[in-house]
Order: sequence, then structure tokens, then C-alpha cells
Amino acid sequence: MNASSSATLLAQDTPWRQFVRDFSQSRIALFGLALLVIVLLLAIFAPWLAPQNPYDLAKLDLMDSRLPPGSESMLGSTFVLGTDGMGRDMFSAILYGLRVSLMVGVISGAIALALGAGLGVSAAFFGGRYEQILMRIVDIQLGFPAILVALILIAVLGPGIEKVIIALVTVQWAYYARTARSAALVERNKEYMEAARGLGLPTWRVLLKHLIPNTLPPLLVVGTVQVAHAIALEATLSFLGLGLPITEPSLGLLIANGYEYMLSGKYWISVYPGVALLLTIVSINLVGDQLRDVLNPRLAR
Amino acid sequence: MSLLEITSLRTEFSTRLGLLPAVDDVSLQVHPGEILGLVGESGSGKSVTGFSIMGLIDAPGKITQGSIRFEGKELVGANEESLRQLRGDRLAMIFQDPMMTLNPVLRVDTQMIETLQAHRSMSAEQARARCREVLVQVGIASPDERLKQYPHQFSGGMRQRVAIAIALLLRPALIIADEPTTALDVTVQGQILFEMQRLTRETGTALIWITHDLAVVAGLAQRVAVMYAGRIVETGPVEQVLNAPLHPYTRGLLDSVPANNARGQRLHQIPGMTPSLVNRPKGCAFRNRCSFAGEDCAVDPPVREFADERLVRCVRPLLEVKP
Repeated sequence: MNASSSATLLAQDTPWRQFVRDFSQSRIALFGLALLVIVLLLAIFAPWLAPQNPYDLAKLDLMDSRLPPGSESMLGSTFVLGTDGMGRDMFSAILYGLRVSLMVGVISGAIALALGAGLGVSAAFFGGRYEQILMRIVDIQLGFPAILVALILIAVLGPGIEKVIIALVTVQWAYYARTARSAALVERNKEYMEAARGLGLPTWRVLLKHLIPNTLPPLLVVGTVQVAHAIALEATLSFLGLGLPITEPSLGLLIANGYEYMLSGKYWISVYPGVALLLTIVSINLVGDQLRDVLNPRLAR
Repeated sequence: MSLLEITSLRTEFSTRLGLLPAVDDVSLQVHPGEILGLVGESGSGKSVTGFSIMGLIDAPGKITQGSIRFEGKELVGANEESLRQLRGDRLAMIFQDPMMTLNPVLRVDTQMIETLQAHRSMSAEQARARCREVLVQVGIASPDERLKQYPHQFSGGMRQRVAIAIALLLRPALIIADEPTTALDVTVQGQILFEMQRLTRETGTALIWITHDLAVVAGLAQRVAVMYAGRIVETGPVEQVLNAPLHPYTRGLLDSVPANNARGQRLHQIPGMTPSLVNRPKGCAFRNRCSFAGEDCAVDPPVREFADERLVRCVRPLLEVKP
């Protein structure tokens, strides 16, 4: 006990370094992280990696449509994962689809996190009627199935990336608000909060610099899970033909496009985007699981 | 003139059972540079008194009566902003558990500098210099390395030193220390007590030391106030109160300290338990446990003044049984 504490003293052990060490304890989490990084890199660099721009209709050739994986195009290049009904190279379409799916998931997650955390922490901090009303809204929001709320919103707002993001934020913010409030309730009663007030720090400073950073660990865990949910939900919406425009297909729309060919043996149009979606969500969840273990306050020293 | 003057303070908590006074009719004075020991059992209201002075009583608690004058300014009913400006600047507090009073996610320098900058417009460089100075003052070696560390890299005693350093940052006129050494080893407690005594002498800061440990008060304070069930039952200079207590409760507390017993003798204890806020007896709250109590204790005992600024709230003070 003593030896280890003096050892950590020598090593200038920042919370961050401790965190990295704890996280690396699990091989499967590292695998998930590596997978996630690859997926992210593929998505970010899609325009440079993809052999074809699947959004550019001029580059598509109907003669190339529904070719199985490994076929050669009229121009001599290879379609590694085959083509869809429009003659799109599936590999390129998946890279671009990943880009759209991840962007929608991460942006909606970030907005929902900021919104939900702000509301939840302030509810815990100020309490009273404000807290009561806010948390009842959260209860009501969480009482509706996510897909139902999202469908209704899309139906009212109309299609488009920003509309999908609005719908996803609406569905998700309540989870963050609830988690943030419960974390903040615990932190608010800790002595350092009292001490911060006892030092005469301004309220906004106590909130921003003392309360919110200490509520972040559980929010990060919920955040990873929710981003995975958001991606899956967006894929569902796209699969149902709502949400993102056909000209910029996300993974869900790619799966939907291939659905009609499934029974005629042209599996690759649906299956490969499905595999990409699966790998993305699994990698996020693996990372999220390990985050939960590392950041669990009950396991903390 | 006294630095802090509390008159008939009453702090109540509203519960399902109605308004319950945690502090009732407390009057206290603290002179500049003086160390006052505020002694009492758990639940006697000593911490609530401290928090009332700081203006840190949160709902459902409320100061319902009395006044707290600090440096001539009335604190009861003062607006939150003026209280905030006072806290940390003229009036500082040190808390019980050093493991909990520092924010775990912020480095020590961040926490110290933000305190300075919340009250003074000074550059980060100036603030850092002041932090270094205070850390040296409280006996922390190599302050530059220590400033860059996080609270979990400090031992309990070191953290309490940092907490004391933060309290001293702005040279307050009064520090309220709420059982700051209870969670520490005896040796560390001794060091901290020694440092506090030296620091208050050097800086002229007055100190209210809240504790349940009479030995600490005996060594540290000049005056002592003994609290029981929300009221101050006895006040006076430390040597006199501890050597010749006038209130039976003070006597009981002193007898409960094992060191005051002859070897082999049965240990003393005060019979019964501290009354809870709900069923506090009418009249003297101590009379059910007091071996000197009589019929006349059923009325609220008046505060009586004796020689040497000694105040006792008892109908039957221990004048004749004095050894």
C-alpha cells in the first residue's frame, strides 16, 4: 500500500495516465478500440480511400449493376464487395455510408450530451420546482419508445440530415439528463463542493469547474452506449426510408437497397453494409463496456 | 471590539415533524487573533453553528432568529453575493475530512489559484507566488512540485495542510475549523495543531476550532464554549473551564476522558444519550442525564455570569462541589 503510493508519487501519476493503464487491462477492449479507430479512419478518409464516388451519379454505370464481389468493371477496376442495383461500388458506398452514420451518431450524441448534462446538473444543483418539472419531463420522454418519437418527429419535420439529428437528440437527451442529475446529486453533497462554496467561488464557477467535471465519468459511459444506439436508430430510420436522402445513403439505406435482392441470391448488397454497421456498433460497445468498468465509482480505489 | 459577535442565534431545520432547532439561543464572541474551542458531542449543533456563520446553511435549514455580526457587518439576511465575497476572503473554513475537501479532478494549483482570483484581480504568476508562500508556511516542502499534483497524490495530513493553506491564502480575519484533525493520526494531529497555533499567532487570524476532543481544546484554545443539544451551556477561559467546570455536563465530559482516571478505576460515562432534536426535554436539556438535577431544572435555565467572563446556563452550577 505504502510502496505503491510512493511509487505513484514518483511516477507523477496523473488521473489520465491511471485511466489509460486501467483501460489497457482488457485485451478485448483494446481490440474494440483498435477496431473503432480503424472504422473512424475509414470513415474520415473515405473520399481518398474509396475507388469510386458513390454520390456522383455520372460515375455510375447501370451496366455494372448487381455484380458479385470481385467482379471487374467495364473500365477494368475491381469491385471488391460487388455492386448494388445502381451499379455503385459497394466498398465505396460502405465507406461513405459509415461516414454519414458515424457523423449523425456522434453529432447527435454530442448535442444530446451537452444539453442533457447541462439540464441534469443544473436540476441537481438548483433543485426545487425546476428540478421536479424537468425530471418529470425526462420521465415522460423516456416512457415513449425511441423509434416512435423519432418516426413522428421525422414525419413532422421532413427528411434531411439535420432533421434526423434533431430527432436523435430529442430521443437521447433525457438519458443524459437523468444520468447527469444522479451523478451531480452524489457530487453535490461531497465536502469539496461545500468547501468550494466556503471559499467564496462564484456559483457559475462551482458549477462549471467543480460539479460538471466530476459528473463526466458516468456520462462518458452513457455517451458511448448512446452513440451506438443513435447509429442503430439512424440506420433503422434510413432502412424504413425516412430520414437521410437517397442521394447520400447511410448504412441503413444501403441495407434497405439490397433487401429486395436478398431472395435472389445477391446477398452482398445488404450483408456487407450490415457487417460494417455491426462492427461499428460492436467496437463502440466494447469500448463503452471497458469505460464503465474503469470509471465505475464502486470499483474506484 | 470583538471580531465576531453572535447573539441569540437560532438555526432551524424544517422536517416532516415540524421546525426543529439545531442551534438555539447561541451567543458567542470571538476577539481578533483569539482561538476559541467549540466543544460538544455529535449532534450538539456545533457544526451547524459554524455553517451558520459561513452562511452555508442550505434548505431545509434556515437561520430564523438572532444576529451574526462579523467585523461590524450583519451576516444574517445579508445577500448571497456579499456573503460570497466574504467567504474565503475575510472568513474561511476548514472541513473535517481532508480526503473530501479537495476536488479530485483539479490540480492543487488550479484550486488555489482560482480561490485567489475569485477575490482579487491578480495574474496567474502573482497568484502562484502567493500559493507557494502559503504552502511553505503550512510546512509543505518542495511547494513547486506539490502545486502540480492532484489531491490523491497527497497523504491525509498533507491534504489537511493544503486545505489550511487554501484557508490562509487571502489572510482571513477568522477561520472556522470543523473538526479538522478528527480524521488524522494522533502524531499528524499534533503537528497540525502546532502549526495552527503558530500560524494564528503569526497572522493574527482568529480561529474557531470545532471539536469533540477536550484534549485538543486544552492544548490549543484560549477560550472554550461547550455546546449541548443546540445550546451553549458553558463559556470561559480554557484553564478555568477545564479545571473547575461549573456546568454538570462539562464535568461529565471531562470525567469521560479516560486519562483523567486513576489506574484500575472504573471509567466514567454520562448516562443516557444526547436527546434528539425531536424529543428534547423542556427546560434544561441535560436534566435527564444530570445527577445534580432537581425539580427547578424543568424551567429554561437562565444564563448566569461568573467571574472571569464565565457564562453558565444552569440552575444548579457546581459551585459548592468544586474540588
